[in-house]
Amino acid sequence: MRASQRFKFISLSITWAWFGIFVLAPIVLIGITSILTQNEISIVSTPLTIQSFYDTLTGGYAPIFLYSLLIAATTTLLCLLIGYPFAFIITRASNRFRPLMLMLLMIPFWVSSLIRAYAMVIMLKAQGLINIALIYLGIIYKPLHLLYTDFAVMSGLLYNLLPFMVLPLYANLAKLDHTLIEAAQDLGATRWQTFKGVILPHSIPGIISGVILVFLPAMTLFYIPEFLGGAKTLLIGNLIQHEFLVIGNWPKGAAASVILMLITLLLLIPYWKSQPKPTRAKS
Amino acid sequence: MIKINEKIITNCFSFLIYAFLYIPILVVVVYSFNKSQFSMIWEGFSLKWYRELINDHEILTATWHSLLLGFLASTSAVLLGSLAAVCIKRYKFQGRKLLHGLVFTLVVIPDLVMGIALLILFHFLPVPLGFWSLFFAHTTFCLPFVIVTLHARLGQLDKHLFESAKDLGASEFVLFRQIILPLLGPALISSWLLSFTLSIDDVIISYFVAGPSFEILPLKIYAMVRTGVTPEVNAISTIILGFTLLFVVGATLIRRKK
Repeated sequence: MRASQRFKFISLSITWAWFGIFVLAPIVLIGITSILTQNEISIVSTPLTIQSFYDTLTGGYAPIFLYSLLIAATTTLLCLLIGYPFAFIITRASNRFRPLMLMLLMIPFWVSSLIRAYAMVIMLKAQGLINIALIYLGIIYKPLHLLYTDFAVMSGLLYNLLPFMVLPLYANLAKLDHTLIEAAQDLGATRWQTFKGVILPHSIPGIISGVILVFLPAMTLFYIPEFLGGAKTLLIGNLIQHEFLVIGNWPKGAAASVILMLITLLLLIPYWKSQPKPTRAKS
Repeated sequence: MIKINEKIITNCFSFLIYAFLYIPILVVVVYSFNKSQFSMIWEGFSLKWYRELINDHEILTATWHSLLLGFLASTSAVLLGSLAAVCIKRYKFQGRKLLHGLVFTLVVIPDLVMGIALLILFHFLPVPLGFWSLFFAHTTFCLPFVIVTLHARLGQLDKHLFESAKDLGASEFVLFRQIILPLLGPALISSWLLSFTLSIDDVIISYFVAGPSFEILPLKIYAMVRTGVTPEVNAISTIILGFTLLFVVGATLIRRKK
């Protein structure tokens, strides 16, 4: 009996030690850092202040936050508009093609997103494939300025994040009972009515999962705006990275991170509400 | 007639999406074999960029570091994760809810915030930025995925097996080593593989906790792209793509055999 208690004690201690040091402590520390004062020698020091939050939310940062939210929201909307019909098409594909279609969707998903961001640079640069193709087809005569624009950043984000929207939507739509759609149509519903009354309400949890999986990375994948965006395209991710590693103002960077965590939390609320309540397991 | 049109539209739509997903990758692959350095104009097949890659010691070292780090971090994540999953599944203890919450937090927290949080931690501990900071960080961000996978698998196992083992006098440790771990086998392997890919691909967290003493491949590629597009990046991307493809196809085939 004592031996078994020992195993429980040891494994619990190891688990708690790791989570305490490497998960709980860093999150608490980021909160503390956000209310400390910047210091030249030891990076941060007392006195405690909420100046960093004030600076982040007013000053030059507010427009960047809004701009970042706008870009992320637009990307998410585009992903949804393209991803939704596509996920639906996959669920309706024949048994022979469905596994292939899914696998072809999974492969880019596994490819390093850094490489995919780089591939977009190759496509969009002045001597890139799109410009070459358009000139060859005689549509334009000199290369378009595609790289280092908002358009490029959004293409990069869309390209990187589309599978993250399609996969949860597919998982959700695959569970939809197709006899429901047939029943609606038999009862005389138009296509729009069937979609609005049957398919869409059923897929809300899938939409919410997809939106979370796309929206958050769209704000924080700092290397995509860095590779594809111009000097003006700064997103929250770039801002925090810059504040920490270039300027060295940790409290301000930490304050921006805390705000980012709060945005995450806000996004998660509809997710929790949409999930079916888990049946409480008796321990 | 309407049916046929609809079919054509859905097929075209799917085709366009796959084209969007694959053309950029294919362009990278094709141009890794291009002789020319600056333009996209095809100047003939060449393995020049691969040869330069092989002679680039910095890249080889960074690749070796990435593989080593991926191996060690995913192994420790699986070891720690199996202990944690068993604790969460089998034991009642104080703070169980908090532990649950921390696992969930690790899944949803933006990588960027986690990277910064760990950077602050390593500054205060202090852990010098290099191999150890990367090892702790990678193990930590792989952990929740291991725990979720193993926890789900533990739920599917027959509880009576554990009970009979206990009745026959097995201690918790014997139960863990001789019953739970072997039964978890395939789930252990798949969570190890998932951790390994996560570790090899990570850019954002590593970006904050890496130091000059231990360079890893994704950060090396990041630096190369930032300083300018070189055909060498095409070559290394192609090699990584090749391995990814082998990995995904291999995993699918293994699963289908079962």
